Amino acid sequence: MEFETVIGLEIHAQLKTASKIFCGCSTEFGAPPNTHTCPVCQGMPGVLPVLNRKVVEFAIRMGLATEATINRSNQFARKNYFYPDLPKGYQTSQYDKPIIEHGQVEIEVDGATRIIGITRMHMEEDAGKLVHDEREPVSYVDLNRTGTPLLEIVSEPDMRSPQEATAYLKKIHAILRYLDICDGNMQEGSFRCDANISLRPVGQKEFGTRTELKNMNSFRNVQAALEYEIRRQRDLLLDGGKVVQQTLLWNPDTGRTEPMRGKEDAHDYRYFPCPDLVPVELDDEWIEAIRATLPELPDARKKRFIAEYGLPLYDAGILTGERELADYFELAVNSGADPKKVSNWIMTELMRELKGEAIGTCRISAQQLAQLLLLIEKGTISGKIAKTVFQIMFETGKDPEIIVREKNLVQVSDVGEIMTVVQQLLEQHPDQARELREGKEKLMGFFVGQLMKQMKGKANPAMANELFRKAIFGDEQQ
Amino acid sequence: MNLYELTVAEAMSSLAAGDITSEALTRSCLDRIDKVDGEVGAFITLDREGALEQARKADIERKRERVGTLCGIPVAIKDLLCTKDMRTTCGSQMLADFIPPYDATVVEKIKGQGGVILGKVSMDEFAMGSTSESCAFGVPQNPWKKGYVAGGSSGGSAAAVSAGECLASLGSDTGGSIRQPASLCGVIGMKPTYGRVSRYGLVAFASSLDQVGPLCRDVTDCAILMNAISGHDQRDSTSVRIDVPDFTSFLKEDVRGLRIGVPREYFSAGLHPQVERVVRSGIDLLRQAGAVVVDITLPHTEYCVAAYYLIAPAEASSNLARYDGVNFGRRDMKADTLMSMYKDTRSAGFGTEVKRRILIGTYALSSGYYDAYYKKASQVRTMILRDFQAAYESCDVLVSPVTPTPAWKQGENSDNPLAVYLSDILTISANLAGIPGISVPGGFSSDGLPIGIQIQGRHFDEGSLLRVAYALEKMVGVTRVPSLA
Repeated sequence: MEFETVIGLEIHAQLKTASKIFCGCSTEFGAPPNTHTCPVCQGMPGVLPVLNRKVVEFAIRMGLATEATINRSNQFARKNYFYPDLPKGYQTSQYDKPIIEHGQVEIEVDGATRIIGITRMHMEEDAGKLVHDEREPVSYVDLNRTGTPLLEIVSEPDMRSPQEATAYLKKIHAILRYLDICDGNMQEGSFRCDANISLRPVGQKEFGTRTELKNMNSFRNVQAALEYEIRRQRDLLLDGGKVVQQTLLWNPDTGRTEPMRGKEDAHDYRYFPCPDLVPVELDDEWIEAIRATLPELPDARKKRFIAEYGLPLYDAGILTGERELADYFELAVNSGADPKKVSNWIMTELMRELKGEAIGTCRISAQQLAQLLLLIEKGTISGKIAKTVFQIMFETGKDPEIIVREKNLVQVSDVGEIMTVVQQLLEQHPDQARELREGKEKLMGFFVGQLMKQMKGKANPAMANELFRKAIFGDEQQ
Repeated sequence: MNLYELTVAEAMSSLAAGDITSEALTRSCLDRIDKVDGEVGAFITLDREGALEQARKADIERKRERVGTLCGIPVAIKDLLCTKDMRTTCGSQMLADFIPPYDATVVEKIKGQGGVILGKVSMDEFAMGSTSESCAFGVPQNPWKKGYVAGGSSGGSAAAVSAGECLASLGSDTGGSIRQPASLCGVIGMKPTYGRVSRYGLVAFASSLDQVGPLCRDVTDCAILMNAISGHDQRDSTSVRIDVPDFTSFLKEDVRGLRIGVPREYFSAGLHPQVERVVRSGIDLLRQAGAVVVDITLPHTEYCVAAYYLIAPAEASSNLARYDGVNFGRRDMKADTLMSMYKDTRSAGFGTEVKRRILIGTYALSSGYYDAYYKKASQVRTMILRDFQAAYESCDVLVSPVTPTPAWKQGENSDNPLAVYLSDILTISANLAGIPGISVPGGFSSDGLPIGIQIQGRHFDEGSLLRVAYALEKMVGVTRVPSLA
């Protein structure tokens, strides 16, 4: 039997506000435990929440960026459950009146474009953290994270493969980063994702029984967990078994999904409107003012990169996937380098050296990359030497001109100097010279290679080629 | 005359004139407490040294500079208003040792004006009750008659003011918790419009219904206290940005032309004949003074108790979830799992009535029951509000009884919570609708128990309430302090 996969994602994005959603405490990550707390986020008796306006603004930005409906009147609700990291015994969230509904984003997988619907987005507060002592049976509560604003983004069950799910996740990630409302760090948990996944026989309308996957803290883990879960559910269904609706944790060490302990997913959250917060009323004027501040978004930028710089679709997609990378590219281009060459260097040399790290960590500035490419263009160094220079730049952050000068790497384009070496080599290797003359073109590579070796790579390679030809075939061949 | 018998207004002018000192006034209250509180049982926490220190400071400041309105006036605070560095128990074992690191906004305001805080007074546990008998730290009794309830939940506040243990006090009203004890103890008690006074630092029972208000010996004091505590607070999103008038400007003996609505449903069967007599004679006095009396109907009154006892417990079940033994308050240390810590802590920390309401509220919000209970109750709430809005088209204020009966014997209804719930029928509509209400003494029952008259008004029209209450007070003329043995 053929199955169709149905995936929906729930993303929790920590909003990059300076202070928490309902009090003035700092949201900074990594402070000593319980130093960024106050009676409000500690849930002390009698205290009251006051909504941080910036959180609303950020949610509206995301709503506008995904062509969603901004609900002019929306409301906070209490989600009631007991857990030690939740000091009030309820999470202040939104329920039947979220701030955003009916959004969408476009994704691209294997050249095909699809629209993925966003059911809703709502504002809520994050919980604290439990720290378990490894030696003693003691747990500690750290409330620094309590009250950090989150935007929960719930997709429609529109994705049909792990690739689509990952593409959607990356698109949401990119938009949040373009909007500068979430730092998107999956390891630190400021961008988290849960997935609902089910299989159904191809052609069937009703959804199959779904499972919920948690604990996937990287794009790679999301893809791997979904792939594993598809196999698990398919095997189960093919054996005549049934999928049990449950919450599963992805274990990246074993590469499996495992049922969550206990009945932690069997809550009745008893949602009801939060009586401590009045409904959030938004006026069009504010929303339009926010719209006016929206930056160019990934899709628009990708289209512009193709049209303006003549980049291939794939390259434009990669470069615009991260705002910082796209900024880096444009800065290099604006510093005078050829767009296609900049793109090629970023996509190959730079990406390889970065090994998945963010462009922000790179010691080579966009201007320096442009300088390097201009050195090639002017013939000061060869492309090959440029790669050596690039390595040094990557390690030291030095300007390419300085490296070229210090290491004496300036390309030799002097005809006399190169010709001397050409003639020496032809004399040293008479057999090969004869074979080349007789038409064994491959040997041209041998001779140029020998020349480069002798001249420490500094010879202008085009010139070296030309001079070898001249020496062997004479002028008439040219 | 004893200093403790002064009203706030009288004490203010004597202090200003230099006739008395705050220290002497405060000592007078403390002596009175020493003498009668063994019987009255109003105080949970008495801060004798702190109060005297504040009083002496007030006396010094008065000599040096311009001082706040309440400078040197001794007041008592209901024990669910957070007081910095002073134990705040909410009448519950759960918070037996809870010392807040902050002041409630209203406490901050009282302190800011130089008020002297004598201590914290008794109440039903977490304000859930109408007799203060569920307090874990001593039950106040009615200063007018031994063995009778002081009312609740602000029973300690009403008893302390009535018995002369303080000049005024703050209480909170979720379903009548200021007006009912004020009526039973023969003092003035006002529940302001929802949003008039900040709830920041008021330990929540039912957030959409709770409101802080004053209990005083006369209407003038009530206006003075309202001036002191009202106003928008940016720490409370439900407090309303609206101008606060000078409430004392409404204290005119003039009700001519004012339309007094008499809601039919508030005089139905079950109303004690002596209560009816007192209220009707109050209405007659107002008519004689030139007010126009209008017959009014509030047709959904009969549903208010049912709606209230779903909404209030629902909110309470969520508000009281934070008492889980983790961050503050009581924790049962014997438990060996998280779940047993929760269970043991909450089982031992909460009393019967609180548990009952948490159960009712949890049930009302449960999946599958929400629409039938919480949602339906919210709809009823809207209809009750509309009743009032319709009524205020043909009248300016409503005059009615506060409670169906005068104070009853302690312990009388302790096995019958429903009977006690039903006794709230005349006060809880105001909370559901968010309108202001005041109880002003109207007379006494044949066995010497005070009977109050309730005046309710439009949102943020506390002024009209004070105006009518002031006129009634002048015409009725009630003895202010009971002659405790």
